[in-house]
Formats: sequence, C-alpha cells, structure tokens
Amino acid sequence: MAEELRIVLRNCGVIDPLKIEDYINAGGYKALEKARNMGQLPVIDEVKKSNLRGRGGAGFNAGQKWTFVYQASADQKYVICNADEGEPGTYKDRIIMESDPHRLLEGMAICAYAVGADKGYIYCRGEYPYVVDILRQAIAQAKDKGVLGDFDIEVRMGAGAYVCGEETALIESIEGKRGEPRYKPPYPGVSGLWGKPTVVNNVETFANVPDIIEKGADWFKSIGAPSYPGTKIFTLSGDVVNRTFFEVPTNTTIRDIIFGLGGGIPGGKKFKAVQIGGNSGAIIPESLLDTPADFDSMAKVGATLGSGAVFVMDETRDIVDVATRTAKFFEHESCGKCAPCREGTMRIHEIMEKINQGKGKAGDMNLLERLGRVMSVSCLCGLGQAAPVPILTTMKHFRADYNAKVKE
Amino acid sequence: MATVTIDGIKVTVPDGSTILAAAQEAGIRIPTLCHHPDQAIKANCRICVCEVEGQRLLAAACAMPVWDGMVVKTRSPKVIEARKTILELILARHPQDCLNCIRNGVCELQDLAAEYMIRENPFTLKIKGYPKDTSTPSIVREQDKCINCRRCIGACSEIQTVHALGVEKRGYEAMVVPAMGGQLSDSPCVVCGQCIHACPVGAIYENEQIDEFLAAVADPDKVVVTQIAPAVRVAIAELVGMNTGELDMEVFVAGLRQLGFDYVLHTNFTADLTIIEEGHELLQRLTEGKGKLPMFTSCSPGWINFCETFYPDLLDHLSTCKSPQQMFGALVKTYWAEKMGIDPAKIYSVSIMPCTAKKFEAARPEMNASGYRDVDLVLTTREVGRLFQMAGLDFTKLQPSKFDSWMGKYTGAGVIFGATGGVMEAALRTVYEVVTKQTLEDVNFTAVRGMEGIKEAEVDLNGTKVRVAVGHSLGSARKLMDQVRAGESPYHFIEIMACPGGCIGGGGQPLTKSNRKRAERIDCIYVEDAGLPLRKSHENPEIKTLYEEFLHEPLGHKSHELLHTHYHPQHKKYF
Ligand SMILES: Cc1cc2nc3c(=O)[nH]c(=O)nc-3n(C[C@H](O)[C@H](O)[C@H](O)COP(=O)(O)O)c2cc1C
Ligand code: SF4
Ligand code: SF4
Ligand code: SF4
Ligand code: SF4
Ligand code: FES
Repeated sequence: MAEELRIVLRNCGVIDPLKIEDYINAGGYKALEKARNMGQLPVIDEVKKSNLRGRGGAGFNAGQKWTFVYQASADQKYVICNADEGEPGTYKDRIIMESDPHRLLEGMAICAYAVGADKGYIYCRGEYPYVVDILRQAIAQAKDKGVLGDFDIEVRMGAGAYVCGEETALIESIEGKRGEPRYKPPYPGVSGLWGKPTVVNNVETFANVPDIIEKGADWFKSIGAPSYPGTKIFTLSGDVVNRTFFEVPTNTTIRDIIFGLGGGIPGGKKFKAVQIGGNSGAIIPESLLDTPADFDSMAKVGATLGSGAVFVMDETRDIVDVATRTAKFFEHESCGKCAPCREGTMRIHEIMEKINQGKGKAGDMNLLERLGRVMSVSCLCGLGQAAPVPILTTMKHFRADYNAKVKE
Repeated sequence: MATVTIDGIKVTVPDGSTILAAAQEAGIRIPTLCHHPDQAIKANCRICVCEVEGQRLLAAACAMPVWDGMVVKTRSPKVIEARKTILELILARHPQDCLNCIRNGVCELQDLAAEYMIRENPFTLKIKGYPKDTSTPSIVREQDKCINCRRCIGACSEIQTVHALGVEKRGYEAMVVPAMGGQLSDSPCVVCGQCIHACPVGAIYENEQIDEFLAAVADPDKVVVTQIAPAVRVAIAELVGMNTGELDMEVFVAGLRQLGFDYVLHTNFTADLTIIEEGHELLQRLTEGKGKLPMFTSCSPGWINFCETFYPDLLDHLSTCKSPQQMFGALVKTYWAEKMGIDPAKIYSVSIMPCTAKKFEAARPEMNASGYRDVDLVLTTREVGRLFQMAGLDFTKLQPSKFDSWMGKYTGAGVIFGATGGVMEAALRTVYEVVTKQTLEDVNFTAVRGMEGIKEAEVDLNGTKVRVAVGHSLGSARKLMDQVRAGESPYHFIEIMACPGGCIGGGGQPLTKSNRKRAERIDCIYVEDAGLPLRKSHENPEIKTLYEEFLHEPLGHKSHELLHTHYHPQHKKYF
C-alpha cells in the first residue's frame, strides 16, 4: 500500500508561508549557508550525483544542466524558475509556492551561487496573482534578512499562453517578445535570457535542492526509482475518490496512486483509462497500471510522467470525445511558428471532430496516424511534438472505441 | 573541423556548420523554405528535416550544427514522409492558383510540390480569403498566399531595420502582416521591395502595370518614350536566358523598340546630370556654408521615404537634387520635347527601373515640374523581362540599335550609379576636376566599391580633406543617420542606397536570394564603366549641350525649377 513521503511538501500546512522566521526555525536557509561553504563545483557535483532530474516534464539531470552554465564564460548568467504551470490538471507548483515559498527561493539561491548568477526570475502563471503576491513578500523578507546575499529575484507574470511554459518561449516572453519557442541548440545553458547562459528549472526541481545539499546525494538517491530518484507530487482529478495531491516516492505504481492514495473510482464504477502528465500525456488502459510512475518506466510503456497530473476516467467516459477535446486544446495553444504544428494541430482537431461526430472514414485513422507520427518528430518544440500523443495512444489502446464511431 | 557522413558520403566541414551546409558540400541539396542565406536562422518551416543517427527527433538541417562523427540521412522513408506531409499541410492552406500567379514558374513552393510529387492532398482545402493589399503604388501583398516563413520580416527588420511587418494571432490563425495588422500604407514601409526578393512565393510582389504599358503603345496619339536605369541592363540578361551582364546595351535597345517604344533614351544621361548638379551643391555647402553637412545623396527613393519617415529632423541634410528618374521626367517633356518638336502633352514617359520605390516616387504630387506628370509609368526590370517573354524575342538574333538623341549619351560615371558607391565615385571624379582644375589620372576610387555595409574614404581637394561615407541597405543608413543625429558624424558627404548592393539589388530586379548574385552584378557594372571612352560626367557631350542651350549653369534658375525638390516628414498611422 502506497504511502506519502513528504520532502518538498514537508513544511506544507506546518509553517506560515508568510513568515520567514517559521521557515528558518524549521531549518530553512541552512542548506544555502552550507552550499556557500562547500564551494561552487562541489555543490554542482552533489546535485549531479543525487541524480535529481527535472520535474517540469523533460527529466533532464539538474546538476548536468547547471554544469553547462557554470562552465560557460559570460559576464552575466541567469537563473529562471519555471512556474508557468499551464498543464491542465496540474497545480503542484502552486501548492509549493503558496505553502513554502522560501524553499523555492533557497533552491534558486543555491543554484545561483553554484553557477555564478546574481539575477533570478520566477516566471509565474498568470492565473496565480495571489501566488505572485506571496512570492514578492517572501523575496522582500529574504532581502530584509539578508539571506539571499547579492542574489536578486524578480517575479514575472505570464500572459496565459500554455506554450510560454516551454523554456525558450518563456525566455522570449521575459525579453518582452512574442512568446514563441526558439530552435535548439543552442540551449539556454549556452545562450538563454538576453543571449546569456541561463538555468531554467521547474519549481519542484528547485524545491528539492535544499534537502539534497543538507542531507547529501546518497540520501536522495536511496529514495524512489534509481534512475529518477526522490519523490514526485501527483495531482489527482477526474473520476477518483480523493481529488487532491500526494507526494510519493517515484517507484510508486500508478495503480497505487489511483487506487491506494486516490481511493479508487467513486460510485462503484469501473476504471477505464488514465491520462498522466496533463493534456500532452498518454492515455493508458488498465493493463499498464502496474507501471512505476518514474520517468523511464513510463517512457518504456509509451506513456509520460510529465508534470504529474493524473486524470482518471471511469467506464462511462467517451474516450474519443476526451481525445477530441485535447486536440482542440492544442489547436488553440499552438503558437503558430512552425508549419507542422500550426497546420497539424488544426487538422488533428478537424479530423477528430469528424470522427467524434460519427462522420469519420477508415482512411481518416491512417491519416491521423501519419500526421501524428510526423508531428511528433518534426515540430519545432515539445508542444507540437506532444500534441498527437493522446490521439495516438487512444487509437492504440482503445481502437474499439474509434471503430464504433467510424463508418464502413 | 568535423567529419560527417551524409547519405553515405563523408565530408569534412568547419565546426559549427549546419547539416544544410555540410550536405551542400557533399553534393546534396536539402529542400528549404524558411532558410535565407543572408538572414538569421528561423527553423520554422521544417521542410529541411533530416534523420540523425541516434536521435529520436528529426533535425532541421538549416539550424542543426554538425558534430564530428555525425551520421545523417537526408532522404530516409521517415524523412520523405515528414516532408511530404508538411508540404501537404502547407498546400492545403494555399490557393491552388499557380496559373494566375505572378510567381508561376519561379516559386519555391511550386518547385517543392513538383519535386515531392504531391498529387492528391488528403487534407481539405481551407483558404483564409483575405483581399489583396494594394494600398501602396509599389507593393502588393496577397495574404492568402503567405506561408508564414517570415523571410520578408528578416529582410524588412534585420536588413532594412524598417520593421513594417510582424506576426499576428496564434496557431493556425497566425499571419505575417503589416504593423498592427493594418494596410501596408499604414505601416512604416518604405516600399523598397526587399521583402519581394525574400519571399519564396507569390505573397508579396511589385504592383504590375503591364496593362497600362500595353494601352499606351496601342494608342496612336501617344509618343512613348523610355529611359533605362543604370542597373537594369546587367540584370535583365538573367531574364532572357543569358548570364548576368551578357546582354549588349544596343541589343537591349533593339528589344525595347520591338516592344513598341517610339524613343529609347537613358537614365544614365540624367545620372551624369545629377553629378553636375549634386557636385556643385556639395561644393556650395563645403565652401559657402550654404546648407547642412554632411550632405546625403537623394537618388534612392526608398531611402528618401526612410529619411522622411524615421529622420524627419534631418531632411535638410538631403541633397535637393531629384533622382535621375525624375530629372529625366522633367526634362523629357520640356527640353527634349522642344528639341524634337514634339507636343509634350503627347509624350508618355515610361521609365525602366530596378526599383519598386520609383513607382511611388513617380506618383508623388510634386513631381510635375514639366507641367504634366513627369514620369507617367514605371516598369521594373522584372516586368520588362516578362514583356520580353511575351514578345518571344531571341536576343541572340536581334540586331543592335542605337539610342535616340539628346538624352541618350552617357559616361562610365552614369553607369556606376547602379552599384553601391557609384554615385560617390562619380561625384568625386567630377568634383575633383572642378575644384583642382587638374585632370584626374586614375578615376577608380576603389575604397568606395564592394559589398561591405559601410565604406569610407578621404579625398584631398586642393588641400581640403573631404571625408565621405557610403552606406547601402537601410540598416547601414540607420547607423550613419544615428551618428549624424548624435552630432558625431565625421563625414562631409554620404551616399546612401536603400537596397543591399545598391540599385543592382533593387526591389524590382530579377529575384535574388543572395548577396552573391548582387556582387556578381556589381562586377559587371565596373566592367562596363572601364570599357567606356568617357568616364566623367562633365565630359558627356549631350550634357554640355543641355547646359549651353537650356540650363545655362549648374544650380541655376532652370535647374531649380526642374531638377531640384524639397522633402516632407511622412506620418504613418502605425509608427
Ligand atoms: C509546451 C510546453 C510547455 C511546458 N510547460 C512547462 C511548465 O508549465 N512548467 C515547467 O516547469 N516546464 C514546462 N515545460 C518544460 C520546460 O520547457 C523545461 O523543460 C523545464 O522548465 C525545465 O525544468 P526542469 O528540468 O526542472 O524540468 C514545458 C514544455 C513545453 C514543450
Ligand atoms: S511546435 Fe507548435 S508551439 Fe512549438 S514552435 Fe511549433 S507552432 Fe509553436
Ligand atoms: S505562390 Fe507559388 S504555389 Fe502559390 S499559387 Fe503562386 S506559383 Fe503557385
Ligand atoms: S517594401 Fe521594404 S520596407 Fe516595405 S515591407 Fe518590404 S522590406 Fe519592408
Ligand atoms: S509574405 Fe512571403 S516571405 Fe513573408 S512570410 Fe509570407 S511567404 Fe514568407
Ligand atoms: S528551411 Fe529549415 S526549417 Fe525551414
């Protein structure tokens, strides 16, 4: 039976987020002090050794990313926290920021020290104005106390575009330009904000850092799945009894999350499918529920961990209709910069609507498959690459549902 | 250096090269749409995707740098499927209008559709249905044909620094549009036409005025007279199946007579005249303190639009000389008409120009010094190229024909007006002799030649050191102007041409995707100059006649009436 293990959310509901003293009394800002005594490279090595991987979706080794920025020679470097949290059904970053904002600031400050940056930005989802207030208060308190040293953090508010969560679009947006992704390479670690080496990490990634520095890489590595150690926060929604959030070790299975902590399906109904990682996540059936939720195990079965949103669907849900809605989402959220996504998201939605209304033909399924295949390898950024995932996975796992709607 | 294997072929290329460049080295052309050799990488069309061994994602060849040991497949089944699908997606949003399209036969999208054998498109055709933008006299925009490659933005923003174009809306509604989504005439567009060269398809093009021309030559009451700008001959060769510069001037004249022109004259003549007037104006500003320094040349109408729009506070620095086109227009219906005994009311004056901005200039209300509209119609080099096509002329068989008299003779100084630095060099050739009263032995001022953005030189005029600068493209102009505005310009005389390379790279020239072609045309211009017996404007015998019989003196009363103008600030809605 799955149990919660709170590292990132340790102080959640325990301390007053608006009182820096509470955070300090709970042991806060000690890790930052320790890091400064360790030296830059040892801090990076420790984070690298811990194998902390990005919690924003791509799962890149955080210490590795910091190394690039550390090694780059530049007169100015930046640390950016990605708090755009645009993935539907995800609110883990909000919980961290509103319940324990100093943990994020401390994680960023450790990173800034390690890579040699003196300026940081938190790019916060536009729908979270009260979180922006909390963050600004926390920053003011930390400055008053002098804990951040010469590291300056500014909070920027997003304008509501999902694509602005993509790290290079986010950077463009901070620069005051149209929020569109850049081609990569060069990666932000080499050429980021204003062309300078920049670390971009997710809120949850930064929030893990103080404990890693304090307790060591070996301690962190011993938790959860070896290839993606530590914990992960999941946010449950849809047809599940406990629609709330849980922080669990990463080797917890999806079944445990839904049926253990989540309390199973309400109303005595049967489970049908689950979509993990938000709208860009795979929609998977019962047979894959024993997969551990870590990044690599999920990838192996053609699913995604993504942001950790868990959307549960019971037997009454119309899977084709759900997939059609994700298609509409991506049509709406495509930034329009690259041809396969600009045109492809619109076409996927167009064809899905047709199928969903019972007007589809057998050829439409082949076309969708081809289009999805092409988009997932050709689009400029992760949005277009992931847009076909819900379609392709439902066509694979729930073919009968499609066949029931398609003519011929 | 990095050694890369592309479709089994090994090549070694400098570090940081893209897959696209490496493939070219290996003899493989990867298709592109958004890529432009003189612009920043965009990587938005994705038509250049290739498979890189060990990578799940396909790589955009135009943007992906190679590494040592990289193995690339440019036409695996996965790649072909991706390219075909992307093409189908683009074509399903594009008017199926090739037969009626100005770019029929010279269109990168059409070429790709043929190369990838697009036969049946599985996606349903969805056209936006926007009206054409014909708000300027020079440029037409056809929104529906735009494929969002953004090359026009690269030309307008990176190279010209005009920023008339941008992207509006998101997703499949995203569009490249003039500033604030308005009409081109509401934007700061200076109608230079550089976006036309950049555009891979028929979404931006010149205001084509073939019908007006055909009507004029069909009208027995009209005497149709033409002038040919200095940059036209070298480039129009490219449109009649010859190499750049290969078309002989007098064979070109013969071709124009075939099109129905009654008299063929030359803008080179008024280019020489410009040098006399502008040279004396410079001397007046240098020695008599009349007028502001540095003085700017004023023969590039795209540049004039730019100055009137972005630097209205510096208009006094512009030479008051009209462009050679407009000097010609004013004289052809006065001096020439009188000399030929032709009623000026019957003269229909057509200019053949490398330039889209000249269409705008000819339509300016003040350009009627002759008592009529000075220049009735401006045809670009491309339009005349199309007329030649329609006429079915074989230029290898046409017999040469001489220019008509009184405004048809020219010197090498007039010829080099077509290249960046040419006006400066021509002016120096004349000013030197006027001031020093000595013969200039070496007429070649090579410091002001070539494709470098800003060039400088210093000339000793009887002990007075005159510092000059030459800028081409409006990005260079902006740099020079900002210096002037800040009071930090070290120069006395500045030549500016709106287009990269000068008029040979003008917005109305045969489509040129790269500066390499422009450099080639420049070379041809200097070859022509070097081969002429007369290379200084003041030695042109017809110019001498003009002053003796009509103008009497440079900057005189008649000159002011006909050859000089004044400038006004331009106010645009969205600037
Ligand atoms: C369309 C799109 C949206 C994204 N949205 C977010 C987001 O809201 N929050 C986030 O942390 N990462 C998001 N990402 C991932 C970021 O690009 C980037 O990988 C991440 O911020 C890196 O941080 P990490 O290594 O700590 O995960 C998004 C990516 C894409 C392609
Ligand atoms: S994949 Fe979509 S969101 Fe990403 S750059 Fe292309 S159009 Fe924009
Ligand atoms: S732009 Fe090209 S593809 Fe489009 S109609 Fe014109 S010629 Fe055809
Ligand atoms: S004509 Fe020149 S100024 Fe106008 S949009 Fe094109 S490039 Fe820009
Ligand atoms: S107008 Fe032409 S150059 Fe500009 S984006 Fe459209 S297709 Fe590309
Ligand atoms: S040419 Fe490479 S993406 Fe357009």
